[in-house]
Amino acid sequence: MRYIVGFGRFWYDFIVGDDWRVAVGVVAGIIAVYFAAHHGANLWWLLPLAVPVLLGVSVVRAARPRPE
Amino acid sequence: MTHDVILFLAAFLACAVEMVEALTIVLAVGVTRGWRSAIIGSAAALVTLAAVVVVFGPALTKLPIGDLRLVIGAVLLVFGLQWLRKAILRASGFKALHDEDAIFAEEQRAAQAVSPAASGLDWYSFTVSFKGVFLEGLEVAFIVVVFGSAQHNISLAALGAVAAAVVVLTVGLVVHRPLSRVPENTMKFGVGVMLTTFGTFWATEGAGVQWPGNDASLVGLLAYVLATSVVLASVLRRRHERLVRAGAVA
Repeated sequence: MRYIVGFGRFWYDFIVGDDWRVAVGVVAGIIAVYFAAHHGANLWWLLPLAVPVLLGVSVVRAARPRPE
Repeated sequence: MTHDVILFLAAFLACAVEMVEALTIVLAVGVTRGWRSAIIGSAAALVTLAAVVVVFGPALTKLPIGDLRLVIGAVLLVFGLQWLRKAILRASGFKALHDEDAIFAEEQRAAQAVSPAASGLDWYSFTVSFKGVFLEGLEVAFIVVVFGSAQHNISLAALGAVAAAVVVLTVGLVVHRPLSRVPENTMKFGVGVMLTTFGTFWATEGAGVQWPGNDASLVGLLAYVLATSVVLASVLRRRHERLVRAGAVA
């Protein structure tokens, strides 16, 4: 069990990294594009719009001064 | 054609930056404790990484291209944004830059602190070299497999990685010291931009959406991701300078 947890944690750190919110935002964006596409809407602009938003929110959060 | 150039460049740059980091570790161990075990450890890691590419690459290319691009695009976009996030934080001063000279000195101190091997294989050198090359190389193997399979061109991605490995190893052998002059942080920024661009492109396409201008939109998307990342880094840099002046950060 310990090895499975360790293996999962390694891949989580490797792909997702320090901010899980970015990964959640990406998945939510892709699901929205997928369902829109299957209902006839071409939301090609959604992920390009999500990239600076997700990145911006994440780096601004990381750049906040921490209380001593 | 554009896809192939970016694919080759992404694999080349990613491999070059990771090889520079791995080379620093292997050099520190080799210079301090001898070369034999450090080279055997590095070679064993490279063989393991090649096996990862050979096993997983062809298996992935057998999946339907639409589903493959959706999954790979999603993974690549998350992975790419993680690279880009770190690169922007480094470029703006909120995260320490990679300093190969400092890492080299630290690795040398650690290698000196361990008693030398009596005879045969020096397991310390072997393990540190193997771990250094394998862990740094895993990101490259991941990029080669993921990029190559989504493009159905694993060999071109692998060629980019091998070309970078040859360049870095040759320069490393000639100068015999850490490659601290390589613009590693800028290269990482570039790789993050490419991973994010391809991730966005493939995830959108895999979701069943048509890009305006089809494949030609990739170049525009690359320019857009680069521009927004540069703007973010520049805004954060100014913020960092203000915080430094106010004494809120070091």
